[in-house]
Amino acid sequence: MSIEIKNINKTFKDFRALHNVSLDIPTGKLVAILGPSGCGKTTLLRIVAGLETPDPVAGADIVFDGVSASGSPVNRRRVGFVFQHYALFRQMTVFENIAFGLRVKPRSERPSREEIRQTVHDLLELVQLSRLGDRYPDQLSGGQRQRVALARALAIRPKVLLLDEPFGALDAQVRASLRRWLRNLHDSIHVTSIFVTHDQEEALEVADEVVVMNKGRIEQSGEANDVFRHPKSEFVMNFLGEVNIFHGRFEDDKAVFGQVRPPSGEAKMLVRPHDFDIRRVAASGGIPAEVIRVLTAGSIVKIELLDQQKQVLYVHQSHAEYGRNPVRVLDQVYLLPKSSRIFRNGEDWVGDYVI
Amino acid sequence: MSNTKTFAKVNEAPTLFNVVIGIFAILIVILFLILPLGLIMKEAFGKGLKVWFGSIAEADTLAAIRLTLLTTAIVVPLNTVFGIIMAWALAKFSFKGRTFLISLIDMPFAVSPIVAGLIFILLLGPRNGWFGPWLESHGIHLVFSTAGIVIATLFVTFPFVARELIPLMREQGSEEEQAALSLGAKPWQMFWKVTLPNIKWGLLYGVILCTARSIGEFGAVSVVSGHIRGETNTLPLHVEILYNEYSFTAAFAAASILSLVAVVTIVLKSLLERRINKGG
Repeated sequence: MSIEIKNINKTFKDFRALHNVSLDIPTGKLVAILGPSGCGKTTLLRIVAGLETPDPVAGADIVFDGVSASGSPVNRRRVGFVFQHYALFRQMTVFENIAFGLRVKPRSERPSREEIRQTVHDLLELVQLSRLGDRYPDQLSGGQRQRVALARALAIRPKVLLLDEPFGALDAQVRASLRRWLRNLHDSIHVTSIFVTHDQEEALEVADEVVVMNKGRIEQSGEANDVFRHPKSEFVMNFLGEVNIFHGRFEDDKAVFGQVRPPSGEAKMLVRPHDFDIRRVAASGGIPAEVIRVLTAGSIVKIELLDQQKQVLYVHQSHAEYGRNPVRVLDQVYLLPKSSRIFRNGEDWVGDYVI
Repeated sequence: MSNTKTFAKVNEAPTLFNVVIGIFAILIVILFLILPLGLIMKEAFGKGLKVWFGSIAEADTLAAIRLTLLTTAIVVPLNTVFGIIMAWALAKFSFKGRTFLISLIDMPFAVSPIVAGLIFILLLGPRNGWFGPWLESHGIHLVFSTAGIVIATLFVTFPFVARELIPLMREQGSEEEQAALSLGAKPWQMFWKVTLPNIKWGLLYGVILCTARSIGEFGAVSVVSGHIRGETNTLPLHVEILYNEYSFTAAFAAASILSLVAVVTIVLKSLLERRINKGG
């Protein structure tokens, strides 16, 4: 089931939460909507579900598989919605929670008792909670509750699955394993899914496509790898993955990054931590810096340095790369960006730079 | 007993001060709560169960009991429904003037019941009430009738259910309701299967308090009833009449019924409180 989001605007009192948002989501994809808190991502998700109505603007519509859903209320859209804080029915067992969507169907469509039991058992197996059907939500851990919420949403065979910060309230370890599990689950059931997150790592790891939002607008959307490698704006590059930022000014058509940080930061150069070469001798374009910390415990080597502007820089190297040229604390080195982006007042700028 | 235990934990050796306070508290309980209740029972049953039964079985007393039960049977379901609607509107939606409305709910508690009764005379009185003459000309008699008693009792007991539910519903939020809708539930299915089970204990608590007050309400009902024996006399009003006529045994017999209602209420209330604190 494909989803088309057309020209959606949303205003809360005097706050404009969404500005002309349009987005196409092809059938069977798992899409992440990514952005800082307050960027409008959850509002957009709730509008798709029908839990919130968009501003009545010409052309505003939510379309499932070519059919407009704008006229149908949330209980007729058949969307599986997974809430950030699970919203499990506290007075019902896990089994009853999952069976709920089947039990409230009109009599003519309602499956028999036996069918309901079978469906719930299959779903419990799918979310690996077979033995917890009799428990109440407050007897489960956060990760288990999240999986019950997912099973409950899947029970109605939703056209689309919408997840609001699905791992937001879990601790790091559970999060990582649940993330992988969700990816595998999606690969086996192929229901078109949108999940909202503020965690870029989560988005890049789980989603086929990533939509980056900022201040109620879509900044960029596309395949996770594409968006990560070719960010269109300073915001996207800064938000997706770690980045070092150098502040400078423009002089004679050149970007100059000097010894002091200029008060007006019109020129910014962004470099990913893994996009540096560390040189011992001065080279053209090399940024002089002093090593202040080397962390070798971990899958990569993390080096922290201090540049002329007394700003901390982060460089990531593989152990092999580090082994060829190991640096030590207090070493004076030159960082040569292998790849960088320069922005002039937030817009892409192409040209030479001097350090 | 558990209270004394915690007390001891905080302060291992009871000081003179603690002992004095403890004795004082026990004295207050005996003097103001147990003693009066005991006296009522002694006066009511002092001349034997037969006499007690005879006073209760008297026609006017039975009529008063019947009217009280009728009033309660009308008022409690209505105020349960009103209370749920009110609490829903005030807890699950936010709009301008919401906090003001919440404090307004307490109005019937804040105002003296006599004043509440007078308000209805002023509004509905047959001769010079605001709406009275109009109603009268259409053959509707609200004051000095069962209808008037019901209206006054409705007003006085309105806050019980709503007050109990508002904090409960606010705390629970509306995510479970939204989840129910997203799973395809109709609004009434959402209410019966999700909302009501979530608030049932708090609701029951409010209903019990509402019932107790409906049975026991004196002031507001006294003003609108007109004290017509066998017709517009509720049990509390009847107790007063009997007492003023020096029929002490009969008065106390009727009073003993009201006291029993109070005791039952307190027992149910404390059972429910335990249940609610357990997180039911």
